[in-house]
Amino acid sequence: MITPNSKKLVEYYEKMLRIRRVEEKLMELFSNGEIPGFIHVCIGQEATPVAVCSHLKESDYISSTHRGHGHALAKGVDLKFFMAEVFGRKNGFCRGRSGSMHLACRELGVLGANGIVGGGIPIATGVAFASKYKKTGQVTVCFFGEGASDQGTFHESLNIASLKRLPIVYVCENNGWAEFTPQNIHMPIKSVADRAAAYNMLGVMVSNDFFKIYEAAGNAIKRARSGNGPTLLEVKCHRWHGHFVGDAQKYRTKEDIGAAKKDDCIRKFENRLLKDNVLTKKEIKEIEQRILNEIEEAVEFARKSPFPDKSELMEGVYV
Amino acid sequence: MKEIRYIWAINEAMKEEMERDESVVLIGEDVGIPGGSFGASRGLYDRFGSDRVFDTPISEAGIMGLAAGAAACGLRPIVEIMFMDFMTVCMDGIVNQIAKMRYMFGSQYTVPIVIRTPAGGGLNAGPQHSQCLEAWFAHIPGLKVVMPGTPYDVKGLLKSAIRDDNPVIVVENKALHALKGPIPEEEYLIPIGKADVKKEGTDVTVVATSKMVHESLKAADELAQEGINIEVIDLLSISPWDKKTVFESVAKTHHLVIAHEAIKNFGIGAEISAAVTEEIMDELDAPIIRVGAPFTPIPFSLEKAYLPNAKDVSAAVKKTLERSL
Repeated sequence: MITPNSKKLVEYYEKMLRIRRVEEKLMELFSNGEIPGFIHVCIGQEATPVAVCSHLKESDYISSTHRGHGHALAKGVDLKFFMAEVFGRKNGFCRGRSGSMHLACRELGVLGANGIVGGGIPIATGVAFASKYKKTGQVTVCFFGEGASDQGTFHESLNIASLKRLPIVYVCENNGWAEFTPQNIHMPIKSVADRAAAYNMLGVMVSNDFFKIYEAAGNAIKRARSGNGPTLLEVKCHRWHGHFVGDAQKYRTKEDIGAAKKDDCIRKFENRLLKDNVLTKKEIKEIEQRILNEIEEAVEFARKSPFPDKSELMEGVYV
Repeated sequence: MKEIRYIWAINEAMKEEMERDESVVLIGEDVGIPGGSFGASRGLYDRFGSDRVFDTPISEAGIMGLAAGAAACGLRPIVEIMFMDFMTVCMDGIVNQIAKMRYMFGSQYTVPIVIRTPAGGGLNAGPQHSQCLEAWFAHIPGLKVVMPGTPYDVKGLLKSAIRDDNPVIVVENKALHALKGPIPEEEYLIPIGKADVKKEGTDVTVVATSKMVHESLKAADELAQEGINIEVIDLLSISPWDKKTVFESVAKTHHLVIAHEAIKNFGIGAEISAAVTEEIMDELDAPIIRVGAPFTPIPFSLEKAYLPNAKDVSAAVKKTLERSL
């Protein structure tokens, strides 16, 4: 198994923990009424974006979903401007037009979260098409959930990507819940990775373990970059909270939520680092404090940032 | 000048632009070796190869998203959607993704995409292969919509559309594909957003699109025998539309007829009519009359009864003149 060095492991740990603490803060801010609209948090799924993006270059692309904060943060977007966008402020990446659900940062190849389930899959495929056409060597990672794999766009995109051997990795974060519906209700199969066979594509399934995801994603991205075509990588992960913040999850049993929380990708990673003497408990506390301070600064930055002016309403509809 | 068919004017426009700019690619069903369902891309596969002329699976939603991503990363895709009716299969890609990408992401991305799609009846193709749905797309901010009806206009507008940094939907009329017309030997462009006065007149302004321009010109000949001199404006661009040319003509004739092949109800005629009454009501001497198809799907066998024609335009012209104040 490929394992990153200690310095990298600490970096990845910090990134995962940062995503979780950001999400927790956003839940609080949303519940306080400071952030309007909808917020979808990825608590319980933090290992996937960090493990996958750790193999990407700054110039590589990712496409994301409505549950996309983790993807953007893992790709390296600046937390202050991320927060400003979620707060709908003028200095956010998208001038306050996207908010949480459509967050994009072109500079870092974050193509955009998408409000349409499955909407980002063909777009990511087109980006990979352009990279191949222009021979840039860039790889695209397309994140989506198991619910999106029921959409026609999933089928159409994977068919095209395999046909054209595009430099793309399809990463399905299977958290078991398509909005409010469990997998067994909407899908007659257990593993989304099995669908790869229909496209003569490699399908790989891994559990919610950072090291397993890291290895599988590394292999898939290498395949894509070397011109050997796409991979469908499924991660069996867990959604701890509701579809959106405020969803009481009345459709879900306490046992199911308890089991999800028990398989905590961050706790597992942390235990491993402690066991291997990569980090001490004291150092973990220091990391935690650093993250919390950074988040407070970002929130303050967002709060103090101006809203877009009314005069900007019609700007940028056309070039 | 040379005489060529409408379909060849499309072919020439694509060929010239692909030669000029390597980022222009053609994506669509049967566009490769077969040369397109109506023959618009004949010869392009041989000339530019399979990387630039991508003969796709039958996956309209997939290819529209593919074009969006490719355009956001520097290509200039031309997507052929074989029949305008099939645009409904990829509405998410067009309406939620392509049209909004620039605005929603704070101008970080530009998406220079051309969607070429043949519309219209006259081929007995029935309810799912004959619709004119331009009004749907004109209603969406972020999209441009053009609707040329002659070989000269389709070539010039398609070339402009390919060079435009915005998504542009080029609505062809498949009943006009075989139409011959003169075009210059040398290169030319037609600006998007500019109408063309196809025939000057003094009594009634007829604003028409695509095939209804030809029907309106026929009506002009018939009406001339009765001493009625109409002005025929070919709108060419649906969104944005050339308000200035239309308003100037209405200020001259004080009568307005709007003729399109699409269903009359909620069609673009309603928008033009509303804009004229809102902004230059004083110039009107009579009610505005719209000519369009009836509010029913296009039947296979009763197509002639369904499609608006020159007689309908003549009747509308007479109706507005009769109702002059």
